[in-house]
Amino acid sequence: MKQLISLKINGESHEVWTSTHKTLLEVLREDLRLTGTKHGCELGECGACSVLIDGESILSCLVLPVEVQRRDIQTIEGLAETGSSGADVKSHPLQTAFAEQGASQCGYCSPAMLMTAKALLDKNPNPDSQEIRQALSGTLCRCTGYSKIIEAVEQAAAEVQKGAALG
Amino acid sequence: MAKKLKAVNDFQANLIWIGKSWAQVDGLAKAKGETVYADDMFLPRMLYAKMLRSPHPHARIKSIDVSRALKRPGVVAVMTGKELPIPFGILPVSQDEEALCVEKVRMIGDPVAAVAAIDEETAEAALEDIVVEYEILPSILSIEEGLKELEESELADAQIHKYADSGNIHKQVALEFGDTESGFAEADFLREELFYYEGNTHLPMEQHSAVGQHGADGRVTLWSSTQTPHYVHRALAKVLEMPASQIRVIATPVGGGFGGKTDPFQHEIVVCKLAMMTGRPVKMTLTREEVFYTHRGRHPVLMWVKAGMKSDGSITALHFRNFLDGGAYGSYGVASTFYTGALQTVTYPIANYKFEAMRVFTNKAPCGPKRGHGTPQPRFALEVLLDKFAEDLNLDPAELRLRHLIPDNSLTVNHLTVTTNGLGECIRKVTEASKFKQKRTASISGKGFGLGCGSYLSGAGLPIYWNKMPHSGVQIKIDRGGGVTVFCGSTDIGQGSNSVLAGIVAEELGIHLQHVIVVTADTDLTPVDLGSYSSRVTLMTGNAAIAAARPLREKILTAASEVLKIPAGELTIRNGNIGKLNSSGERVSFEDAVQWAETKFGTLGSVGSYTPPRRGGKFKGAGVGPSPNYSYSACVAEVTCDAETGLYRVDKIWLAHDIGQAINEKLVIGQVEGSVYMGLSEAMMEEQVYRTGKSGSSGIAGPAGLHKIPSMLDYKSLTSLDMPEVETILVETHDPEGPYGAKEAGQGPLLPVMPAIANAIYNAVGVRVDEVPITPEKIFQGLQDLNKGKSGRIGPKKFPNVTFPEPLHIDPPSSG
Repeated sequence: MKQLISLKINGESHEVWTSTHKTLLEVLREDLRLTGTKHGCELGECGACSVLIDGESILSCLVLPVEVQRRDIQTIEGLAETGSSGADVKSHPLQTAFAEQGASQCGYCSPAMLMTAKALLDKNPNPDSQEIRQALSGTLCRCTGYSKIIEAVEQAAAEVQKGAALG
Repeated sequence: MAKKLKAVNDFQANLIWIGKSWAQVDGLAKAKGETVYADDMFLPRMLYAKMLRSPHPHARIKSIDVSRALKRPGVVAVMTGKELPIPFGILPVSQDEEALCVEKVRMIGDPVAAVAAIDEETAEAALEDIVVEYEILPSILSIEEGLKELEESELADAQIHKYADSGNIHKQVALEFGDTESGFAEADFLREELFYYEGNTHLPMEQHSAVGQHGADGRVTLWSSTQTPHYVHRALAKVLEMPASQIRVIATPVGGGFGGKTDPFQHEIVVCKLAMMTGRPVKMTLTREEVFYTHRGRHPVLMWVKAGMKSDGSITALHFRNFLDGGAYGSYGVASTFYTGALQTVTYPIANYKFEAMRVFTNKAPCGPKRGHGTPQPRFALEVLLDKFAEDLNLDPAELRLRHLIPDNSLTVNHLTVTTNGLGECIRKVTEASKFKQKRTASISGKGFGLGCGSYLSGAGLPIYWNKMPHSGVQIKIDRGGGVTVFCGSTDIGQGSNSVLAGIVAEELGIHLQHVIVVTADTDLTPVDLGSYSSRVTLMTGNAAIAAARPLREKILTAASEVLKIPAGELTIRNGNIGKLNSSGERVSFEDAVQWAETKFGTLGSVGSYTPPRRGGKFKGAGVGPSPNYSYSACVAEVTCDAETGLYRVDKIWLAHDIGQAINEKLVIGQVEGSVYMGLSEAMMEEQVYRTGKSGSSGIAGPAGLHKIPSMLDYKSLTSLDMPEVETILVETHDPEGPYGAKEAGQGPLLPVMPAIANAIYNAVGVRVDEVPITPEKIFQGLQDLNKGKSGRIGPKKFPNVTFPEPLHIDPPSSG
């Protein structure tokens, strides 16, 4: 059965005519071609498909789009800072920090790690390393041993703090 | 956290990129979600494919009826193995796989038919329309069953592959270097030990995925998450019966490999054939469960080791006898078998060495190369064994090893050439940093320190298929605008090989990294590089890149010399400018000099290639083990173990790695940390295990031979909360074979981790776990054993009594 579903993704409205049983992950990737969001199991085990829904990091493979209509969905494609026109202005400090620290090796878990880290920093701008470990513990990474990811989140937190102080 | 020890000389002081830390060239794209992995591809009119897989571990296929599937709306094509009967496999000696099984299935998960449909859901539903009639055959599910001799009458049903050496023994090896018996006679201490190393899998975050397309020009293009596009290219040409010139293989960015995407795979061949049958692009992405069946991971290995040692700690003789549980297909198994014997010799001198091994076929997912390929298992045994000997000799385990190290520029007992060995420095640094000698006490306190060491090759000395061509090729073209494009078949699997390539070319041409464009892993565009396996890329593509860049540098300097009227020998390129070496006088931009060079010489392009030196002995089997150079690693683990429950925590890991010369320090540290993580995870918890039981039996949870835990929740791996602090120390030995002196970093640092944990647990609570994984349950059993006044050793107790063939006797190099 298909249905017209209204989704607000990265600040933009999308009307999608799609099967009601498809997951948010599938609709993002297959219907909207927002392929930045990844999948590693589609069973809610690996964390690779995390997106933000109203600021919370949620596994998109366990969400039906009808449940999240008109809510604020944010994916990796919307993480960069945008201007009022919708143009990307600059990378989010988390993205810069991930690149600089070598927090992405294969990069496949990066979108989920980044979105989950953003949810953390939005709530707790100055997390300690244990809080970062706790926040990211639902997303698996097989390349880095997590060290560089944690260092990148720490760097970004410092960056965000500095920005806030200047602002 | 990392420290680096560096021998500074003039050459190094002048390097701009090499040895420094810079961001991966594709790092920001990954952090922005821009990187297009195979499953992110959507082509117009693309179909989706699924494969029907066997529910039986071993069965004859009597018939397959696909007629109902073909009638399902949305299904565009259905195929069976009859469409592609030509077998393939990564090694020429084991071409034993079929795109879809024809006569029989050899494991649960073996594919028998494939469907292409307008969407994944329809394809999956259509699999249920296919009717397969099977005749169940006896299944072989353990090393012991695989070793059983088969009567002539049993062969037809119970033999998994007809080409096996005998019965279900795929491959047997027996080599003796020197005279081990006389070596044992000279020893003051003798030990005979059994060890077991459970199998485990790569678990890449990205499931395998491939897209096939058959173009209007008749050519087939495959995009695939593969570590070895060149070998996939060869397999496709063979199975599709097409000239290789009509096939293009593009390795998409690999979302985690670790050796698991190094074979040519069924789904890669099937999508190409379905694209040819339908005239439409076809994609197949494996589910996580299917990835567990595809496997090619760590072989379970049962080991018997006998070693003799003099009271000074020198090893008089070592005898390894290994049984490998190979699973249903050959894969890299013959190489894996040799690797369980080849590299024990490159760390400490061994006077006499005997190595015997058998790999058996079993009806389980095929094993192959996982990070460390065949060496983690025997290295675990050897390093735990040395810990036991240290106790016999009442010596510090670090001291025992430091007394006996393979010297630089020497030959091992099995004829491997060691150019530089930084192990001594690694042991000294890692024990100093961890205060190993001060903190490690003999008393049982629940706190333990353990040491482990290891060595790995920087690239296999021989290619997978016999030829004398280069192992890596690099092509460079320079645009008039100063942009430098580097073409190479190497494949970035996250280890940073694209960054290594760009950094080396930037260094050689004296320009900024941002002017170097890297085009890799595309058989139409890039010269052959054998692929991302055996830790070969930095050394081999690095050397090829230097070879390609230097003639261009010469041309640019020559042209600049004529215009500037300064002898070329007095000029250099630095920071994108050409000027005098002493920085005096006029400077011109790289871009201007490139235009002068193009005016003088014509279009600027060059090629460079690298072939490893021919080394190794002359005996059969000497092809596995030689490498241009070997990396060395030493690891100290600190653990806290509860002496009642066996629960333990790893507090910290110190790892020193002989990298030769870091190309990009940050990426090297990333490889070390990733290796430590993967080593710890398999030391502590990872297991690829199957339901046991009588052949053909079936319990409530499924039949014997079924994977017990094919999911990321049940197959345990370390999370960010479990991962301890890692202190990395890089030791630089500046090896003459490596580019700027470099060695590998991707695999070696994993090797010492597992034995360091085992030795630390023993130091903490007095329990010897002579097997991997080292779980709290096993430690608990050991503690109970200790409480009963017994040894507290947990590990294999039985070893199959099998007669090995008479070994091939080879004289050690010194006596020849």
